[in-house]
Amino acid sequence: MRRPLFLGRIPYRRRRLRDAARLLPVAGVFLMILPILWTPAGGDGNRLLSSDVIWFFVTWALLILAAAQLAPGLASPDAPRPDAARPGMLTGDEEEG
Amino acid sequence: MENSRKVLLVEDEPNIAEAIQFILSRAGWEVIHHAEGRDAAQIARRLQPGLVILDHMLPGLSGIEVLTALRADPVTADVPVLMLTAKGLPRDREAAERAGATRFMTKPFSNAEIVAEVRSLTGAGDIAGRAGAESGNVTP
Amino acid sequence: MSFNLLVASCLAYVIFLFAVAFLVERRSGQGKLGWLRSPLVYTLSLSIYCTAWTFYGAVGYGARSGLEFITIYLGPTLVFIGWWWILRKLVYIGRQQRLTSIADLISSRYGKSNSLGVLVTVIAIVAVTPYIALQLQSVVLAFEVFASAAPGEARPAAGQTAIWVAAGLALFTILFGTRNLDAKEQHTGIVTAIAVEAVVKLVALIAVGCFVVWGLAGGVSGIMAKIDASSLHDWQLQPGRWTAILFLAGAAVICLPRMFQVIVVENSDDRQLARASWAFPAYLLAMSLFIIPIAVMGIERMPAGSNPDMFVLTLPLAEGQGGLAMLAFLGGFSSATSMVIVEAIALATMVSNHIVIPTWLRLRRSGAISEDVRSLVLTARRLSIALVLALGLGYYRLSGGSGALAEIGLISFAGVAQFLPAMIGGIFWRGATRTGALLGLATGFLLWAYCLFLPSFGDAILPASVLQAGPWGLGWLRPNAMFGTEVMDPLVHALFWSLIGNTAAFCAASILSFPGPVERLQSAAFVNVFDGPVGPQRWARGEAEPEALLMMTQRIMGEEEAQGLFERAARDQGKSETMLPDPTPAFLAALEERLAGSIGAATAHAMISKLVGLDTVTVEDLMVVARESAQLMEHSAQLEEQRGELARTATALREANEKLTALSVQKDAFLSQISHELRTPMTSIRAFSEILAEGDLPVGTVARSGGIIRDEAVRLTRLLDDLLDLSVLESGKVQLSVSLVSMRDLIDRSILATEKVKPERDIEFTRDQVAESVWMRTDADRLTQVFINLIANARKYCDSSHPRIRIAVRVRAGRVRVDVADNGKGIPKALQSMVFEKFWRLPGEARASGAGLGLAICREIVTNLGGTIDYLPGQGGAAFRVVLPLRIEPG
Repeated sequence: MRRPLFLGRIPYRRRRLRDAARLLPVAGVFLMILPILWTPAGGDGNRLLSSDVIWFFVTWALLILAAAQLAPGLASPDAPRPDAARPGMLTGDEEEG
Repeated sequence: MENSRKVLLVEDEPNIAEAIQFILSRAGWEVIHHAEGRDAAQIARRLQPGLVILDHMLPGLSGIEVLTALRADPVTADVPVLMLTAKGLPRDREAAERAGATRFMTKPFSNAEIVAEVRSLTGAGDIAGRAGAESGNVTP
Repeated sequence: MSFNLLVASCLAYVIFLFAVAFLVERRSGQGKLGWLRSPLVYTLSLSIYCTAWTFYGAVGYGARSGLEFITIYLGPTLVFIGWWWILRKLVYIGRQQRLTSIADLISSRYGKSNSLGVLVTVIAIVAVTPYIALQLQSVVLAFEVFASAAPGEARPAAGQTAIWVAAGLALFTILFGTRNLDAKEQHTGIVTAIAVEAVVKLVALIAVGCFVVWGLAGGVSGIMAKIDASSLHDWQLQPGRWTAILFLAGAAVICLPRMFQVIVVENSDDRQLARASWAFPAYLLAMSLFIIPIAVMGIERMPAGSNPDMFVLTLPLAEGQGGLAMLAFLGGFSSATSMVIVEAIALATMVSNHIVIPTWLRLRRSGAISEDVRSLVLTARRLSIALVLALGLGYYRLSGGSGALAEIGLISFAGVAQFLPAMIGGIFWRGATRTGALLGLATGFLLWAYCLFLPSFGDAILPASVLQAGPWGLGWLRPNAMFGTEVMDPLVHALFWSLIGNTAAFCAASILSFPGPVERLQSAAFVNVFDGPVGPQRWARGEAEPEALLMMTQRIMGEEEAQGLFERAARDQGKSETMLPDPTPAFLAALEERLAGSIGAATAHAMISKLVGLDTVTVEDLMVVARESAQLMEHSAQLEEQRGELARTATALREANEKLTALSVQKDAFLSQISHELRTPMTSIRAFSEILAEGDLPVGTVARSGGIIRDEAVRLTRLLDDLLDLSVLESGKVQLSVSLVSMRDLIDRSILATEKVKPERDIEFTRDQVAESVWMRTDADRLTQVFINLIANARKYCDSSHPRIRIAVRVRAGRVRVDVADNGKGIPKALQSMVFEKFWRLPGEARASGAGLGLAICREIVTNLGGTIDYLPGQGGAAFRVVLPLRIEPG
């Protein structure tokens, strides 16, 4: 199937939105794995357990907020129904398998 | 073997069969009754009757089909066949004659008529001792 | 707090849930779903991820291992905010393939393989058993807490409580979950009940949390200080466990049978998933927020040695907050019950679809599917639910019921995580094969069982010597230190080796083996799901008899629905609704898809294969499919439309033509028929009257002749009456005497009137007196005439050795539908279009039985009454359907 070279502004934004949706969990994994590199709380007295708690819950909440920002755009009804994707359609952004 | 005295009656209406059986046996024929078309031809082949009285509309196989089967079998090819029908159409008569019926009678008929027909077809009383199946031309 | 009060409130709570589910099911039956299908309910139903493990176990986990507990909730969060990667694809595939379970997904993807279905089902049952045990254990522990708070009262022992709880839950689940058959029809009632439970447990946990933070610790800053001061502060993050559990929880949220059920099977549109992508993580966050504070306060206030798993209950109790403790108890009870219900339903569906029906199909290799598959499936599901709970109870007793809740749950997680390679590989990699999936799953499962599951019983199954020194003294095979990896945590160790083995076997075998044709088709359908369906024409040629198909479908989906489906299909093919659709490839594919929703893809495929006479799809078929899809793509949608229109017109024309030809032959024959019907009795009458006229006969002969003459005269009269009746009816000048009548009375009268027909036959009537209580305005005598005719025909011609006549009445949209069916051999297909013609008789029937006008008269009567009468094919015997308006419009 031939893909168009240039996209209209709206389809272009929609594609970047999907890119963001794909990147979000990657960022999430990074943020949640990051504490592995920290020195353990209570180990040398520099770090507090409460700050760990705050770190996790705040990042967690931020991730949720980001997902909530992305979700309506991703599920909007004018987004191409994948089963209706036809060659030549400007918005046809098929997943590659 | 006195085959010309033997009549095979193929008729599915029990009351009509009973009437014909009564009339003919009183007149001296031995009547064997069969109510279905399907194996009528085989029975005729086994019994080798002097005459087959065949109803036009039979369950299983129609009278015409039975007649065709009779004519196709060398053993029964020459047996005289009296065809009975309750449909008054000329078309039916033609079909019966084409298939090789010897005579054709439309229901209802009088008892005298059928006895006369049977008598003439079997040649009963005149040519005693001749087996119908061997004679080749019993038709007057 | 009285123990009996506790039990009573549990019961009341369960009854409340039942009422919710019942009301919702009733609404959904009426088509009024509205907000019940909303994303909110969907999100809340996902919360069955939070079981008693979360409610009680998380605090215990927090008290033992600090912040590690949040990995259990962070894993799913990452999967959900990354829904665009995996979940979206899964949900699309689930909808397109009408998947019923995770076993269905895997078996369907790998060529509708039955062996895979069985393997996945078995793994799921074994892996989930500890999880069920965990729920039982938590409820028992909670009861214990209350019981010890009110000493001296009579109460059952812990073991007995577990049995009661298990039995109660089994009963509840059976009542709830096995009323409908079609798993794809979605359990709206249960989903709503679970949404209610989600709210209950969230409110309960937050209430306890608020009490702890603001009631005991003196606010946010107070609790922060207490956290830093508590023994938890010495907690150390273990990188291995941290990453492993993060991964494990993420895998489990899609691999757990119940999660698959609520995420994929119960999903009905995209919006639901988009909303859940952030709302479900938010729910998890809310559930986790107060875990650490409760754990910290529990350690501080509760006596040493008390079970941290129960802090949620013991803390409010110790502070004298009986009401709050009660709320917490109900929250925990909610968590446990919702999990058990959905898990048991999901597993039961898998057992019935992948083990019971295929076995049953194999046992009866030949013949049509005539038994009631529906009841078989339902019974199988009920028994499976009981089995799942019994296994959970068994695990609880065997493992001693004393382990930390979270550790038990993690064993289950690691077990179901074994599905991950086959699942992810299946939806992203076209080269994944059945052999690969089988080997991978088997390897992973065995390693998991050996390294984690069996050791969890202590030395009850694996002897202590094996645990310590390895089997046959081979140290490198020790369950918790395979190949000398001694430093690893047992959970990480088991997860590591089982998934490595699983993935390696899966990939290697996939690369080395060659997939079959069905497998290759399915792999394309799954991996490229967003490209639209890959050729629905999976059935190249249809050789199935539509009767047999209908019969099978009825047994599975129930009569009404199956008939509706076939009627629609016939209409789409341009035929009239009372005819059966041709078994075109498209129809077979649609039928398979529909059946797959009830009994799973593999089984539906097997059943249709059997009827179509193709046991496997050959390469040739595949070529046809490929050609067809290529052609389809060339045509534009419009062209397709036109072609369909043309085909429908052609079919209609052909049917009309056939009918006309048949009719003209009939008309031609009509006169000769009348002549025949009149002449036949005349012949007997004439012959016997001539015999009588001769006189001089024996008395017997006279009497007999007279009798025959009378009978034949009666027959003549009846014939003339019928002809007259018919001509009046046909001319439309018939006078109807309309009155209010009860259908039951009419049927009673008709049955009574037909008793004289073949009275020697012992005929069983199947009726539904309740359904028959229909009042209608119609001509009672005329309608009775119709029923008498139909019933008399059934009595006369039904050739079964145990003749049975079934009369079914149903009211729909202002019309009454009456089916009269027998269990004889029915009317041959070729003759079905002729039954209502005048003088038509079953071939081979004696003439004396009637002139063949009965059904023609019936049709005229019904037409005059404003209704229709049709022959109903595919009912096993001869069957007629009369549809009448409830009230005749005047004029």
